[in-house]
Amino acid sequence: MGYIAVKGGKDAIENAEKYLEFQRLKGASDDLSIGQIKDQLYLAVDRIMSEGSLYAPELAALAFKQAAGDTLEASFILRAYRTTKPRVGYSLPCDTKKMKVIRRISAAFKDIPGGQILGPTSDYTLKLLDFGLEEADNAKRKAELEKLLGDIVNYKDYEDIGELPRVIDMLRKEGLVIENKRTKQEDIFDITRESNVFPASRSASLQTMARGETGGLLLLAYSNVRGYGDIHPALGELRVGYVPVMITHPLTKEPYEIGKVKITEAEIIARFNVEGEKPKFSLGYGVCFGHNEVKAISMAILDRAMATSGAKHASNDQEFVLSHVDGIESMGFTIHWKLPHYVTFLSDLDRLRKAQEVSGK
Amino acid sequence: MNSAAEKIDGKNGYNFAFLDENAKKEIRRRILKAISIPGYQVPFGSRELPIARGWGTGGLQITLSIIGKSDILKVIDQGCDDSVNAVNIRRFIKSVTGVEMTTDTERATLVQTRHRIPEKPLTKDQVIIFQVPFPEPLRTVEPSEAETRRMHAEADYSRMWLYLYEDIVKCGEISIGARYPVFVNNRYIMDPSPIPRWDIEKLNNSECLNLFCAGREKRIYAIPPRTSVKPLEFEDFRFRIEDFKGNKCEKCGSANSYLDETIDEAAGTRHYYCSDADYCEKNLNNAVRK
Repeated sequence: MGYIAVKGGKDAIENAEKYLEFQRLKGASDDLSIGQIKDQLYLAVDRIMSEGSLYAPELAALAFKQAAGDTLEASFILRAYRTTKPRVGYSLPCDTKKMKVIRRISAAFKDIPGGQILGPTSDYTLKLLDFGLEEADNAKRKAELEKLLGDIVNYKDYEDIGELPRVIDMLRKEGLVIENKRTKQEDIFDITRESNVFPASRSASLQTMARGETGGLLLLAYSNVRGYGDIHPALGELRVGYVPVMITHPLTKEPYEIGKVKITEAEIIARFNVEGEKPKFSLGYGVCFGHNEVKAISMAILDRAMATSGAKHASNDQEFVLSHVDGIESMGFTIHWKLPHYVTFLSDLDRLRKAQEVSGK
Repeated sequence: MNSAAEKIDGKNGYNFAFLDENAKKEIRRRILKAISIPGYQVPFGSRELPIARGWGTGGLQITLSIIGKSDILKVIDQGCDDSVNAVNIRRFIKSVTGVEMTTDTERATLVQTRHRIPEKPLTKDQVIIFQVPFPEPLRTVEPSEAETRRMHAEADYSRMWLYLYEDIVKCGEISIGARYPVFVNNRYIMDPSPIPRWDIEKLNNSECLNLFCAGREKRIYAIPPRTSVKPLEFEDFRFRIEDFKGNKCEKCGSANSYLDETIDEAAGTRHYYCSDADYCEKNLNNAVRK
């Protein structure tokens, strides 16, 4: 008889897990340390923290190792960990003017107060394989670091160069930009505690995109600027740096810094709208954990694109964008088609057979 | 149900039943609302679980929120307890609760299911929890959530009826296989999850509580016991269940259960077996005893 019962699921799963673990172990190379991942694959770590929506470099590095370099899977592992933590409180609004900037550029103005600061960027590196990195060589690594540091003894992640004025604020002063409506702190939506309803508030929208998948945001933003949309963005300002996270101290009730997080922030200036009597530029805002410029810029473009009234394209449709940019959700559902669908498929088959019978008459 | 005492001995460093107590409390409140408005989709703050979205995270959140130490849980996928996904979910729940698992439909206090309702009617002491991929029955005719919520609020279901009508005109039949839309309590059109049409009548005036949850789409809904559930149909075009054309289960001989169809390629023949593994086994055992 040709029938094979669907039995032995438990053994099959356990053996599959062993086989998977074997894939990670079978090579002859040294075991990867979390420190190595955190220090040397830091952009992957940043991306996982951002999409996993938890600022924890060590845990993100661990997730990356465990997921064998799959950023979707790693973000998912981190998000699943995050969800088990009770919500103990909220931080105070984060003033990004206080950012300890390591990179800050504007594409809208040549000369900006505080200056253009290129910082650590791969924008102008030639995309040529560097065969000098081929051999893992700790001594060489150390020597190169010493050469780079020169006389610097006490190295820090950032230099305190004081607060830099925002480029957008210059336009603001001249009354050239449309102000986004401010949300009172108590009215801020929490997408991890409530399900998005549409039309979503801007706070819900920004939160959804801030934990969105980089590739998903990029695709939609690109579709807009390429032609399925019409916002004509200019990059007002792009900043990368460390911002202090403040809470209200439970005893003193004073603002208290609990640490700094590295973020990327993008503000785009888009084509002007006629608001009231005067035409003004409109703005789009993007921000995410870690250093991820593609994500912050894409988010800013989409923030503006969704504000277009009379939406025609996918990127203008808030419900479309927000319902599809979460990598963990879209990935999970897309791969669920691997699960058995015997029952439903047979039910469909029954309908097809019946329809064929009817049409044959 | 959960008590504070259970909190301390969750497994593997996690809280009892994985979710933190605030999350469970919130989900239980949403369940109560769902029970109060049969067939209405209640939005909730769906949590991520260590199992992927689309793999039963809705059903799991309900189970984890209502399970207590004295519960006995049965998990099925396609009617089968031993299907890999059911095994995986059971393994996870066992590891974070330690509660007793069973394959015996009658012993279970909670049944979590994907795509089937057990053949044996459930009792008032049992709760069945459905994993739901698409909670919105109107999604077929309207992609926007804002718009479908309006349609439900106003009971504006004309486009759904039109869809069924056009289907008959085009195909000569209503082409919906599984996930056949139903009217709950004569008010809301509801997606019964991808169960076959065969199972729809089991929802009508059932003794048990039926809970539905979509983790990815973040919706909970319910059919309380003894609630009217009717498939959408026309007076002159009736709802029809799957037709097995007289075939019976080749293991237990049942002619009154939903069947899996398998193909024997070598012999070029088709074979039929009960999709409900526990039902089939009990039938077999009864036959042996006789």
